[in-house]
Amino acid sequence: MNDIGPVPKTANISKALRGFIADIGPTIALSLESCVHCGQCAEACQFYVQTSDPRYTPIHKIELFKQTYNRELGPFSLAYKFLGLTPALTTETLTNWQDLVYDSCNMCGRCSLICPMGIDIADLVETTRHGMYEAGLAPADFLGALAEKEHATGSPFGLTSEKLRTLLTEIGTTHNVEMHIDEPHADIVPTISSIDVKTYPGSMAAIAKILNRIGKPWSFLTGGFDADNVSLTAGDRAGQDAITQGIVSAAIACGATTLVMPECGHSFTEMRWEAANAYGKDLPVRVLQITELIAEHIQSGKLRVNKIKQTATYHDACQLSRRGGATAAPRVILAALGVDVHELEDAGDANWCCGGGGGVALIKRAQPLRDAAFAIKKKQIEATAAPVVYTSCSGCRQTLDHGGKSAGWTTTVSSLLELVADNLAP
Amino acid sequence: MSVATLILVAGMFWRLSGILLLRRRVAHAAARNPLAVRLLGGAVTIVTRTLPRRTFWPRVGAGVALSYVFHIGLFIILFGGAPHILIIRDIFGVSWPDLPKGVIVIASGITLAALILLLLRRLTHPVLKLLSTPDDYISWIIVFLPVATGILLSGETVASYGTLLALHILSVEALMIWLPFGKLMHVSLVFAGRFMLGYNFSRKGAAT
Repeated sequence: MNDIGPVPKTANISKALRGFIADIGPTIALSLESCVHCGQCAEACQFYVQTSDPRYTPIHKIELFKQTYNRELGPFSLAYKFLGLTPALTTETLTNWQDLVYDSCNMCGRCSLICPMGIDIADLVETTRHGMYEAGLAPADFLGALAEKEHATGSPFGLTSEKLRTLLTEIGTTHNVEMHIDEPHADIVPTISSIDVKTYPGSMAAIAKILNRIGKPWSFLTGGFDADNVSLTAGDRAGQDAITQGIVSAAIACGATTLVMPECGHSFTEMRWEAANAYGKDLPVRVLQITELIAEHIQSGKLRVNKIKQTATYHDACQLSRRGGATAAPRVILAALGVDVHELEDAGDANWCCGGGGGVALIKRAQPLRDAAFAIKKKQIEATAAPVVYTSCSGCRQTLDHGGKSAGWTTTVSSLLELVADNLAP
Repeated sequence: MSVATLILVAGMFWRLSGILLLRRRVAHAAARNPLAVRLLGGAVTIVTRTLPRRTFWPRVGAGVALSYVFHIGLFIILFGGAPHILIIRDIFGVSWPDLPKGVIVIASGITLAALILLLLRRLTHPVLKLLSTPDDYISWIIVFLPVATGILLSGETVASYGTLLALHILSVEALMIWLPFGKLMHVSLVFAGRFMLGYNFSRKGAAT
């Protein structure tokens, strides 16, 4: 078991209950009712596979949520409650589950892919985090702290509109690319990942280069920009919705038809599949991940790229492929670039997470677990003998970067977006 | 209608209603696929989740195979045994040729052996030990008894036919009474769960 640090004296049990129950509809109830305790999900989870610790069995991670459902809402809740068939939540039990719900789950959904009963366990973990966050049990160092800052300021690092405007202008100057910032009208609105702002500013220059080439009116908007949505992974549902609403409102205000999500897996899942629910109806803008936008324009012939002679492999971000349905787009791009792709074992929908997804990269104490999970990816990448690994998620890129450096890799980790920007054909 | 049948039907109805009548959250995001494709995705997933993807076989293959030996054995006994076909004919008016008694006895023996191995696995595998609840063990006994009494009934060695038949029927009624309340409910939930997942992931254009 991971050291989860100081144990709080009290957790807000009633808020945890509300957080658990608020989202339960037929789909979640069906999932909670269906488990036959076959244990197959353990064999799909990197944390169990690497540690052999049965606590990391995915369906076990949502046990408190399931118990709460049985006591409070299930068809036999009266029997559960009055016969004492399942214990009530306590600060101690919630705290003991913290590392299972956060540290050892990337919400990668590999368990959902194997479950013979069709249980979407990753979705259940996301809902479980809502209860944990409400109880005040999101790991403070750093995930919870970043989520709080994001909720308060709109950016996990407190990036203000003015600061972003300055940064984008500087990036345009540094990379010699024309930037469009806060234009009164734009068809295409790209959003930004905080990881890119802090670590990979070149990716914003790459987006600008590509959108300039596509030629439709576009603009970064500093009114609602930070798509990272740390709140989602922390379980702060209100924060998650607030961030989403800010981005959508800004895009609608400038007449956008397409909202482009950056190289960030969870931000895509949130905006593509969850945002409309917070909005209450289908969004009036189309949501595309940047690789989808590029692939679409390559396929329509509106964006041309040079053929490059390069051998590489590609790491699928779970939220883009398995959870998001955008598995094909990066491969369209790599094919157009003429890259000799040495696919990873289990590439595409059955890929393994890099180890940092689901906010695990933002939990300091989870590093040993993260490293254990990364070991699978490391082995797979090394087996391809490719000198470069591309990805379309800055979170994955960062995890691969850090893991590779620790391992003394000569393999380069790079962004598919930046590869396209560097190889636009005249 | 027997009390056991009444409890079975009412219990299943209650449990399914309790799940399906919860307030439904409408998914507003624009689907990648039209309704027909999503429905097909749900239907296809009912079939495809029957076996894990090939990449998972090395880690789960043995457990899955053992589980299928048990399930297929039970299917053969239930739908191939002459007495069971007669009961089905009396209730539903349909019938089919029965399998030789020897085949049913062998299938019963294999099913029983598989059940015992599954129990041993549950008692010794760290993950299964952790996940298991009283429901798992009650359900095991509830399924074991009809198979065991069925074998004894075919041999008529340890007691009279009447006594063994009574025990067999009682054990089946116990199964019917327990089914709606425990994991045996997966006889219906497996279809609903797989369909729902297949539908939702087809909506996203993601693998099911």
